[in-house]
Amino acid sequence: MGKNAISDETIEYVGILSKLELSDEEKEQAKKDMESMLDYIDQLGELDTDGVEPMSHIFQTGNVWREDVVTNTDEHGRTLANAPQEKDDMFVVPKTFE
Amino acid sequence: MNILTLSATELSAAIRRGDVSVRQALDAVLQRIDEREQELHCYITILPREELYAEADRLQQAIDAGELSGPLAGVPAAIKDNLCTEGIRTTCASKILYNYVPTFSSTAALRLREAGVLVIGKTNMDEFAMGSTTETSAFGVTKNPRDPSRVPGGSSGGSAAAVAAGECFLALGSDTGGSIRQPASYCGVVGIKPTYGTVSRYGLVAYGSSLDQIGPLAHTVRDAATVLEAISAHDPKDATSIAREDTDFTQALTADVKGLRIGIPRDYFGEGLDPEVADAVRAAAKVLEAQGATVEEFDLSLVKYAIPTYYTIADAEASSNLERFDGVKYGYRAPEAEGLHQMYKRTRSEGFGPEVKRRIMLGSFVLSSGYYDAYYLKALRVKALIKKAFDEAFARYDLILGPVAPTTAPELGSSLSDPIKMYLGDIYTISVNLAGLPGISIPVGTDSKGLPIGMQLIADCFQEKKMIRAAYTYEQAAGMER
Repeated sequence: MGKNAISDETIEYVGILSKLELSDEEKEQAKKDMESMLDYIDQLGELDTDGVEPMSHIFQTGNVWREDVVTNTDEHGRTLANAPQEKDDMFVVPKTFE
Repeated sequence: MNILTLSATELSAAIRRGDVSVRQALDAVLQRIDEREQELHCYITILPREELYAEADRLQQAIDAGELSGPLAGVPAAIKDNLCTEGIRTTCASKILYNYVPTFSSTAALRLREAGVLVIGKTNMDEFAMGSTTETSAFGVTKNPRDPSRVPGGSSGGSAAAVAAGECFLALGSDTGGSIRQPASYCGVVGIKPTYGTVSRYGLVAYGSSLDQIGPLAHTVRDAATVLEAISAHDPKDATSIAREDTDFTQALTADVKGLRIGIPRDYFGEGLDPEVADAVRAAAKVLEAQGATVEEFDLSLVKYAIPTYYTIADAEASSNLERFDGVKYGYRAPEAEGLHQMYKRTRSEGFGPEVKRRIMLGSFVLSSGYYDAYYLKALRVKALIKKAFDEAFARYDLILGPVAPTTAPELGSSLSDPIKMYLGDIYTISVNLAGLPGISIPVGTDSKGLPIGMQLIADCFQEKKMIRAAYTYEQAAGMER
C-alpha cells in the first residue's frame, strides 16, 4: 500500500478537469492507477532541487514573431466537411442554455 | 533482382538508372502487403491502388524528365498516422479521430513528398503515441514481422514493422520518449530521433510538445540519415523549430571513429537488463573500439528519475494538448448528448481509450492548483538536473552508448496490465527526450529466440553527425548493412 490515497472528491475533480465521464468502475480503477503513479513519482522527492530553476524548454527561446498576414486561402468548406454536424456554414453544437 | 532486398537509397539509385521502374517498386511492396498485411496490420490506411499507380507514373515521368533526381526519388514510403496528410485520413489510432481528413499536410510529410517518395499509407501506432507496444491502438494491434507472437514496440510500431516486413522501404515516426528507437530495436531496423527542433512539428498531432520529435525508420544508417536530411529544415510554422546550417547529415556517412570518445553508463547495465541484450551491446561497443574509438564506462547518474519525470511532464502536456478533442469541429461526437457539456464529456469518454484517459487524468492532476508545485514544477527541476548530468557526460565523451530497451520484444498481451512495468521499458530512451538530445537505434544482432537487439547511440544536441558516423562505422564493420 502506497502513501498516496486519492479520495472520491479528488477523482471527481480530476474528471471535471479532464472533461471525462467515468463509470463507478472506471473511477475505482483511476484511483488505483493514480495512487500507484503518484507513489512512483514521489521518488523525485529524494532529490534536492532547492535553487534549481524549472526547465520547461531545453533551449532558451524567446517569442517568435511574424507579421499578421493571412497566407492561406479560404478553406472553410473543407474544414466544415470534418464537422460532426454543420449548418449554414457553421458548426452545430447541442443546446448550451435553456 | 529482388527489389525488396534493396535499401531505400539503393532502390532509388536503381530507379534513377532505369534498372527498376517506380511501378515495379510499387508492385513489389504491394505484393508483400498482400502476403503479410492481413496478419501483421502495419497500416491503418493504405491508399487505393489506382491512386498509388497514378502517383507512381507521375513520379516516373518526373524522374525520367530529370525533375526529380534526389536520393529518395521513387521509393515507397509510409507515414505514421499522427502526421497530418492532406486528403488522407489521419486517426492517431484513436476512435476520436476515426474519420478525420486533414485539410493540410505536416511539414515533414510535405518535405518527404518533395523528395519524391511514393506514400503508400499511414501506419498503426499506440493511440496518440501513448504506449510502448502499439497495443493501445483503437484499430487493433500490429504484430512483429520477426515473430508475429510478439509486439513491434511502440508507439511507432506500425512504421517499424512496415519497414521490417518490406511493406515499405522507409517510414516516418515520432518519438516522445523512445517511440522511434524502441520499435526500431524490436523490429531490427534503424531509427533516429533528432535534436529537439530539428524537424518541424507542424502538423504532428501533439502529445508532449516539449518532447515530441519526428524522425526516420529505415533499413540502413544511410537510408535513415538521407531521410532525416530531407525532412530537417527551419519552419516558421513551428515556433520551436531551429535554424540549423548543419543538416547535411549524409556527409557523416564515413566509416571512421578514430579518436571518438564513447562513454557507456554503468547505470544502464544494472538490474532489469536482459543479459543477452547486455552482451550484444557490449560486443557492439568492442567493434567500435576495434575501429579506433576509445570506450570507457562512467556513471551518468539520475537514470531512475527519468521515468517519473517524463510521465509527469508528458502527461501534463498531453492533458492540455488533448483538450481540443471535444466533438465540435472534427472527429467523433457522442450521439444524443443533452447539452454541450455532456456532449464534451461523453465524446471524450467514448472516444479515448484507457491509456489516453489515464494520462489525461494524471496530467490534469499534476497541473491542478495545490499540486502544480509539488509535481509539475518538481519534475521540471529534475529535468534540469538530468540535462546537467548529460552536459557533464558530453564534456568528457562524444557519444553515449547503451541498450535501447531492457529486453527484446515482449509477447503480445503481456504489457498493458501493469502500466508502470511498461513505462520501465522506456528507461534508456526517455532521458534523451527530456534533455532534447539526438539518439539512434541500430540493430546489433539477435537473442537466442532470434529476436532483434538494438544499440542506442546518444549525442549532444546538434551532434547528430558524430552519432551517424559511429552508427555507420559499426554497420560497415559488423557487416550489418543490407
